[in-house]
Amino acid sequence: MKRIAIDPVTRLEGHGRIDIFLNDEGDVANAYFIVPELRGFEQFCVGRPAEEMPRITDRICGVCPEAHHIASTKTLDALFHVDPPPVAKKLREMFYSAFYVADHTTHFYALAGPDFVMGPDAPPAERNILGVVHKVGLEIGKQVIDARVRNHRVIRMLGGRGVHPVAGLPGGWSKAIAADERQVVEDVARQNVDFALFSLKLFEDLVLGNPQYVELILSDTFTHRTYSMGTVDANNHANFYDGMIRVVDPDGAEYLKYHPRDYAQHIAEHSESWTYLKFPYLKGIGWKGFEDGKASGVYCATPLSRLNAADGMATPRAQEAYEKFYETLGSKRVNGRYQPVHFRLATHWARLVELLYAAERMLELATDPEITDPHVRTPITTTPTEGVGSVEAPRGTLTHHYWTDERGILTRVNLIVGTTNNYAPIAMSVKKAAQGLIQKGTVITEGLLNRIEMGFRAYDPCFGCATHALPGQMPLEVVIRDPAGAELQRLSQYVD
Amino acid sequence: MAKPTFAMYWAASCGGCEISLLNIGEKILDVDAAFQVVFWPCVADFKYSDVEGYPDGYIDLCLFNGAIRNSENEELAHLLRRKSKTLVAFGSCAYEGCAPGLANLTTNAATMRTIYTDCLTTDETRDRLPQPLSMVPEGEIRIPVLYETVRALDQVVPVDYIIPGCPPEAHQIAAVIQAVISGVPLPAPGGKVIGAGTVAVCEECPLAKNVKQITRFYRPYELVPEPGICLLEQGLVCMGPATRSGCGALCPQVGMRCEGCYGPLDGQDQGARMLSAIASVVAAGGPDQDEAEQEHAIAAVMDTLADPAGTFYRFSLAHSLLRRVRVAEPGT
Repeated sequence: MKRIAIDPVTRLEGHGRIDIFLNDEGDVANAYFIVPELRGFEQFCVGRPAEEMPRITDRICGVCPEAHHIASTKTLDALFHVDPPPVAKKLREMFYSAFYVADHTTHFYALAGPDFVMGPDAPPAERNILGVVHKVGLEIGKQVIDARVRNHRVIRMLGGRGVHPVAGLPGGWSKAIAADERQVVEDVARQNVDFALFSLKLFEDLVLGNPQYVELILSDTFTHRTYSMGTVDANNHANFYDGMIRVVDPDGAEYLKYHPRDYAQHIAEHSESWTYLKFPYLKGIGWKGFEDGKASGVYCATPLSRLNAADGMATPRAQEAYEKFYETLGSKRVNGRYQPVHFRLATHWARLVELLYAAERMLELATDPEITDPHVRTPITTTPTEGVGSVEAPRGTLTHHYWTDERGILTRVNLIVGTTNNYAPIAMSVKKAAQGLIQKGTVITEGLLNRIEMGFRAYDPCFGCATHALPGQMPLEVVIRDPAGAELQRLSQYVD
Repeated sequence: MAKPTFAMYWAASCGGCEISLLNIGEKILDVDAAFQVVFWPCVADFKYSDVEGYPDGYIDLCLFNGAIRNSENEELAHLLRRKSKTLVAFGSCAYEGCAPGLANLTTNAATMRTIYTDCLTTDETRDRLPQPLSMVPEGEIRIPVLYETVRALDQVVPVDYIIPGCPPEAHQIAAVIQAVISGVPLPAPGGKVIGAGTVAVCEECPLAKNVKQITRFYRPYELVPEPGICLLEQGLVCMGPATRSGCGALCPQVGMRCEGCYGPLDGQDQGARMLSAIASVVAAGGPDQDEAEQEHAIAAVMDTLADPAGTFYRFSLAHSLLRRVRVAEPGT
């Protein structure tokens, strides 16, 4: 059997690797997406004071430390049985919205954008953010850099630091904001709304206006019919900060709606010896292997799945964008809600709908009369026991679960991290893309490799956390070996 | 004249060092203009095999972030040392192990039990632990070996410079890069800290110090600190006295204690230094008390300190006098 190793593809605390095995006919027999590293936070956090967790677990990911920081802080609320004052919740959500704008922006322009703006078959030297800037103009490039810079300024102002923020406490937030600071956030939020609308327009012009891209998005190679997960508010609108976890089946019917604290009743994790990362799945359906469909417990937790799991968006312009998204992709309303979209490449569009929601929500909060209330903390009066907290990280539902002794020293920790939810779907997408694109006699071209990359790039996997932030090309190399292990062909991508 | 060559690599890290580098904003274009990138997995598509093909010393400047946690990290550390003229331990993980270095307080066996075997959410495959070599129906799959002990970069290969911080603050990174681009000579190599201050965080902290003594420590959730006043003097275990400056004392300015992410000052052990700083603020009873009573009073205050190891050595454990609680097998 021949083997194609793609090493490294991208990273989760290091690198990801894809091993593709070809059968004797030259078709893809199987593809393995391997995560080769582990740091073990769940173990070394035991013995630490629980209230330090927002500042320890943000070190899980330097690209989305804000997600861990907020999930952890909410876990502490539950652990200490304390309800933060309304302004603290609003400050946290405002901080989190600024982060979403920055994160979704960088993913779309630096990582996903090049595939669509430059095209999947463009030379690798051009297929990166610098190529995008050359094609769409320096002005837009500067807008993208500025979007990152201004939102990181807000993150630092509200959270204390630009990377690895520190302000989260059980029962509140360490910093109130003054009137002049509020004005800064409002100004940034207004620019963000304009920027999000501009980005959606750009997507329409460049992607939807190109029949080849539309065909690619709608192709079977990039389609998976799985369950969709997302957090929803009381109106079943998507929410990033708080709410109930809702799961809809591949046809769009609600399968589950549960409080985040009940996650272990509904989610289980499967292990394989060839990777350090576990595969979560819906416990009620069961692990049926790397399979699509209603009978398989595999689910997705991505911008696309969040839109699928919700009935709509809570802000007006995002709702318009949401409707346009489903109408354009041919989804019908059934029982008052759109049927799910399963085209994985449509995740990029869904991300821009979320970008607009985050910007609008940030503006709502920045103009909330209560936001400058100085009373940002509720005193702690109870003994800590056990707590669960979750947020929607950009890359999926993020759950923290802590147990402590009566002094609040951690005795046990469980974490289900955003990208981890999608490990099985990513593995499936990679395999399907490989099977769809590599058949007997296929000449492996660089553009073909890039299409395999696109299979997982849609998930914005945290394996590629930092990758999605800069002039960026996923490192990718394919080595084709004969059954004896001798190298037959090698292809690499280069960026000058 | 050819541009100097530049590499950046991550080992066991979180990606925050890369993000902080990005946060230098448009100055990133100066890096692009001044250097020829020859290896940088987050930006450019060069492979391990490319690096192996470079002559020794080919890379003029290599920023290495992340700790050494597994066999792949170690291989890359040796490879990049050989290929780099100047190797920089970039950020807390490479410099001193950072928070993931707290794994040195436990063992791999315990980590495996917690994450797989005893985990609340793992299913009947809970005993199927990751293996360096696995047989699958189509062939074999190998993954790197997880080491028992987290090590800093300079515990594996010689390092020329250190840029501390978790992550290094963007303005400090920008200053170092600007200096290199403009040809300002760096200090003689040999593991010197650059891109940071030479005094304690307290020296750049605007909070007022009144040499007040404390009778107990508070956990951060137990106390709403009075604005403008030194946090240590209010009973919060602020690591400022034991931590190198350079960040601008950001955390105390939003009411949170310094965590110590810039590591110790030259020649100091961060935990030992913090202990002596604490000794100077702990009230040891009145002059009418005898020595035993004073010791008792100090012990009572120290008892209110939760998790000294994880607090004093949150970032520097792997590089400290302690390094790890149990001596690991040779070679790991």
